[in-house]
Amino acid sequence: MTTAPAATGRTSKSAEAIEKARAEGRPALICYLPAGFPDAQTTIDAAVAMAENGADVIELGIPYSDPVMDGEVIQAATVQALANGFRVSQIFDIVAAITSRCDAAVMVMTYWNPVLRLGVDEFARRLADAGGAGLITPDLVPDEASDWFAASDAHSLDRVFLVAPSSTERRMREAVAASRGFVYCVSIMGVTGARASVAATAQGVVAAAHAAGAPRACVGLGVSTRQHVDEIGSYADGVIVGTALVAALRDGGVDAVADLTAELSGRKD
Amino acid sequence: MSESAASQPDTNPAEGFLAGADPSAGPASLKDAPGPYFGDYGGRWMPESLIAALDELARTFDEAKNDPDFAAEVAALNRDYAGRPSLLTEAKRFSEHAGGVRIFLKREDLNHTGSHKINNVLGQALLAKRMGKTRLIAETGAGQHGVASATAAALLGLECVVYMGAEDTRRQALNVARMNLLGATVVPVEAGSQTLKDAINEALRDWVANVDSTHYLLGTAAGAHPFPALVRYFHQVIGDEAREQILEQTGRLPDAVCACIGGGSNAIGIFHGFLDDADVELYGFEAGGDGVDTPRHAATITLGRPGVLHGARSYLMQDEDGQTIESHSISAGLDYPGVGPEHSYLHDIGRATYEPITDAEAMEAFRLLCRTEGIIPAIESSHALAGALKVGRRRVEAGAAPEDVVIIANLSGRGDKDVATAAEWFDLLDAETAEAARAEEPLEEPATAREGRSHAEGQDA
Repeated sequence: MTTAPAATGRTSKSAEAIEKARAEGRPALICYLPAGFPDAQTTIDAAVAMAENGADVIELGIPYSDPVMDGEVIQAATVQALANGFRVSQIFDIVAAITSRCDAAVMVMTYWNPVLRLGVDEFARRLADAGGAGLITPDLVPDEASDWFAASDAHSLDRVFLVAPSSTERRMREAVAASRGFVYCVSIMGVTGARASVAATAQGVVAAAHAAGAPRACVGLGVSTRQHVDEIGSYADGVIVGTALVAALRDGGVDAVADLTAELSGRKD
Repeated sequence: MSESAASQPDTNPAEGFLAGADPSAGPASLKDAPGPYFGDYGGRWMPESLIAALDELARTFDEAKNDPDFAAEVAALNRDYAGRPSLLTEAKRFSEHAGGVRIFLKREDLNHTGSHKINNVLGQALLAKRMGKTRLIAETGAGQHGVASATAAALLGLECVVYMGAEDTRRQALNVARMNLLGATVVPVEAGSQTLKDAINEALRDWVANVDSTHYLLGTAAGAHPFPALVRYFHQVIGDEAREQILEQTGRLPDAVCACIGGGSNAIGIFHGFLDDADVELYGFEAGGDGVDTPRHAATITLGRPGVLHGARSYLMQDEDGQTIESHSISAGLDYPGVGPEHSYLHDIGRATYEPITDAEAMEAFRLLCRTEGIIPAIESSHALAGALKVGRRRVEAGAAPEDVVIIANLSGRGDKDVATAAEWFDLLDAETAEAARAEEPLEEPATAREGRSHAEGQDA
């Protein structure tokens, strides 16, 4: 199959953001929202608000018709974004608008078919032109990613693959070698959604990722509170919050997103 | 090395698969393609969380294929429980409407639970037990695969949860009751378009969360590796039997084999028996819905383009953004916007031909089979029947002597489940209009070579 090229020797926007947080003695905060929920301008304003309240990395999801890794809250938001007319090409304008207004690294989280449909290299080129940092790919494993390796190298983009509690040591090594920026450690066998506590399995996944050579391992799925951030921050390099922020945007708009981000980042007591 | 490929005798599936696992068998044989790739199609476009489970399934499947006890167990269940081999019935009165050619029906409708689906569920349920899993999950559209899965779970003492679009649970309340009677839990899926593809999404979400105890019993020859090769393996018995039976009954191979295509499991099962018989034409008939010149159809290969859905790269109904387009068909079992990757490959290399059949054409064939043969076919299978009529008429128009043309149509399921739909279509629900409909709609004269209008349209769109 494919061998991942060495993921070194390139600047990585998400790695820089995470290392900056590390230098400040804290885990990086990675904040997710689906693009176009409920509309593009709200996404831009909410993302900038997240950056201003302590998010180091912004993760923008592309709404997709068949989001198998997402739980109900994010599904409902992406369904609404699509119903409101979201088009994939808007992601580049949204990324450009956000990067023009703040310094956070902006990653795009996308299921793979929209990228395939536009063309992997074309997608990468336009994302790089917009100032995007790279892609997080929930349904693309390194085994199938040869086109993405080439395109992400050509356009100097980060590529973040997922590792899970079920990943074997060998697959863990492959995912770590294939990733650039960070690896996304899935905390639990499940889909996105806020949970009362973050699974104990998360620490094992991070330890395995570090043992496999990952310089930066960040934890997502179920992370929703400042307490989670503190807890995970004790062993991981970053924490990824999604569903809780989406619910905040849904219920309280951009202000609620700003508030929750400040709480998560510890800027608000 | 491969000189015998085209003339190899029927083998049992276990032996056949072993032969195919050897890449040195060369390109001459299309049989037993092991995956993960079929040309550019197939693969594993899946969340990392599920890769370990797919690996475990692939490993278990490989071991099982090499285990004579497993083959014997499958064969015994097929014979003593499912009722195999299924018959091959010559449909003489029906054939008169195809220019007088000889159409034979592979009677998967006579299997236990009424369709080919039983072949796959028994095999996969055995694999689940072999892996030590105690719980089966499945998706279903109209309910056929859900009923079959619930049946296998009851037989083998496994828990069973079936995901079904909320809209489908309302339309198919009786099938929901059947699954409940068999001890399964039916979960209505409210997400997305509330149809089959969303039921698959929800089943995948369940699988991610419960993979240690649970096997996902996928119902068609699609999805991530090893499902396409695995589901085909359990359905190969259809083609193996059909090939032997047609040789027995006619002393020759057929000119054409016709099957309907949703995800494509019954089609790949019957095609497989004839893949290396180069002179046997293979036809897959997709659901043309209202017509492929309208947006309401499920003609994935005819009008789709390659993309990734539910774990495999294959032809896909998608919009300019790569969003999946909702499919439409009168037949819930064909109402799926994707198709198994091996079909995409057979299409690209020209080994099989894929054409759309409209709802109207399928229902006409449905009515014709009821009245000429006393068999009520599934509406899914009626697409294959309508296709067989077209293929027969075309052969005759091209100058073939009708009695020399032999066609097998895979009658993949019985139509009991479709009686309400058919009654509505033919306006039979009211006693008076029903009587009028019978009086006003005599069967058209046999042997007309009238071609359906929609066939020629849209082929190259």
